[in-house]
Amino acid sequence: MRSYLDFEKPVAELEAKSDELRALEARGDGISLSEEIGKLDAKASQALKDIYAALTPWQKTLVARHPQRPHFKNYCAGLIEEFTPLAGDRAFGEDEAIVGGFGRFRGEPVCVIGQEKGDSTETRIRHNFGMPKPEGYRKAVRLVEMADRFGLPVLSFVDTAGAYPGIDAEERGQAEAIARSTDTWLGLRTPSVALVIGEGGSGGAIAIAAASRVLMLEHAIYSVISPEGAASILWRDTARAQDAATGMKITAQDLLKFGIIDRIVQEPTGGAHRDGEAAIARAGDAIAACLKDMAGLSAEEIAAQREEKFLAIGRNL
Amino acid sequence: MNWISEVVRPRIKTLFKRETPENLWIKCPDSGQMVFHKDVEANGYVIPGSEHHMRVTAPERLRLTFDEGKWVDVALPEAAVDPLKFRDEKRYVDRLKDARTKTGAQDAFKVGFGRVKGLPMTVAAQDFHFMGGSLGMAAGEAFIKGAETALDKKTPYVVFAASGGARMQEGILSLMQLPRTTVAVRRLRAAGLPYFVVLTNPTTGGVTASYAMLGDVHIAEPGALIGFAGPRVIEQTIREKLPDGFQRSEYLKDHGMVDMVVHRRDIPETLARLGRLLTKQPAAKGEAPAPAPVVRPVAEAI
Repeated sequence: MRSYLDFEKPVAELEAKSDELRALEARGDGISLSEEIGKLDAKASQALKDIYAALTPWQKTLVARHPQRPHFKNYCAGLIEEFTPLAGDRAFGEDEAIVGGFGRFRGEPVCVIGQEKGDSTETRIRHNFGMPKPEGYRKAVRLVEMADRFGLPVLSFVDTAGAYPGIDAEERGQAEAIARSTDTWLGLRTPSVALVIGEGGSGGAIAIAAASRVLMLEHAIYSVISPEGAASILWRDTARAQDAATGMKITAQDLLKFGIIDRIVQEPTGGAHRDGEAAIARAGDAIAACLKDMAGLSAEEIAAQREEKFLAIGRNL
Repeated sequence: MNWISEVVRPRIKTLFKRETPENLWIKCPDSGQMVFHKDVEANGYVIPGSEHHMRVTAPERLRLTFDEGKWVDVALPEAAVDPLKFRDEKRYVDRLKDARTKTGAQDAFKVGFGRVKGLPMTVAAQDFHFMGGSLGMAAGEAFIKGAETALDKKTPYVVFAASGGARMQEGILSLMQLPRTTVAVRRLRAAGLPYFVVLTNPTTGGVTASYAMLGDVHIAEPGALIGFAGPRVIEQTIREKLPDGFQRSEYLKDHGMVDMVVHRRDIPETLARLGRLLTKQPAAKGEAPAPAPVVRPVAEAI
């Protein structure tokens, strides 16, 4: 069952009509409706194209959070062979908001780390809605350090509303865990590619995104605070989230313009949730291109280039 | 954070046009007692008796830290102003202008180079009075410039953190200050220079999620609010009251996130001692070795 976002209503109506006709035709009264159906389908796909070509930042926020949008586990299944997840920070526990391990990307061994939101009540709870706790970041640090030691590239998939804000997380040093994770990512001596697949929520995102190359899906968002959070602090009114989304410049297109990200991965028409496989395949191509870019660089060059890249951000605006 | 509100001005001030200094009296947020502003100022803005540590401005912080209150200002680079053209209820450029007029500073950091108990040090002080000490591009550049100065002069680098977090009006560009400042910390580390963080009230959000939690040593002033998520956000998330003392300096020490809670008057000596130890320099001459700082919980001190 396909679910539609509010602004997709025109498409929903056209697709509903076309489905009706298809059902009618299937009853087999001998009447061919294929011409009608074809027209409706063409109209629907044009409407979808038009809508998605002009999404507002707030609409992108809704797309980025779409429940049917591919999650980390889908990217992992589609792109990584022999994925072998590892668990635990060796200090406190295992946090499944961050999933990570080793596997093969297009034949080559890599370290893979991603935030997983879950897609059913049970899995959402298990993954804490993709909001990591300190032990999640510390597990990530452990894996990145291993990747460094074994000379393997690190691929990360960012999809979080933010790091978990709770008593237990604070107690165990959420801030320190995030800072240390960013720190470790910056020091990695192998290539790293981060892809924001849905929401890139603040420090919780940057902790696994201080990478050699940072990519975003066409309709993903990446921001210092959620639009709702900004609205509540700056306007003292969460209803102003749309204004906050617009004002904060959170879209992939804006971030490319400001030199925050390196490239945008185009999504299938109507968003990644319409055709997950195609979205994942394109993401794979983009990641492969980035890794190819960095092939042949020495460990020192890789680390130095990454530092320089981040230092340069904002200096020529 | 009402209990932190610092200064209660005499209400009847306007009735008398006499030349009385402003802020003559200060009410202690902890004990409620009224104390002379002058006494508080002379005590490094720590209220005598209750030992409540008030917020201080960045210039005041440098004055309290460097020997004889003297230092050389480090010129800070300019940063792009409002590339997002941001406005909430007010335009960000206007907010910036107001903050600059109010504080006389360009942004939330002031950086100085001088001697602390005889030891050359580079010190960066963050000013909560400037837009809540928020971390934007200018503050990020200032922090980095401070680290570069320390690298250049081969001194330890000290940052006095005071910030509500990232400057939301700069959106993603403020978030990018987390990795950017972290690069600066990494370079100090690579050069073998000590990096000390002094956490003051309050240090929260993106600042704790970057340079404020990456020090070789973390020193906290007594009673400071320190944490990643603000107490209000946590209360909204878990829908219950937070325990007493949650996210205060003493709590962070108990949970292994800071090394020591130190009274403001003992901070320069502590920094210099650690600086000398870590850079293998002889002990300070002419002074009796200072005892390890002992700070009683604020409640006990009253």
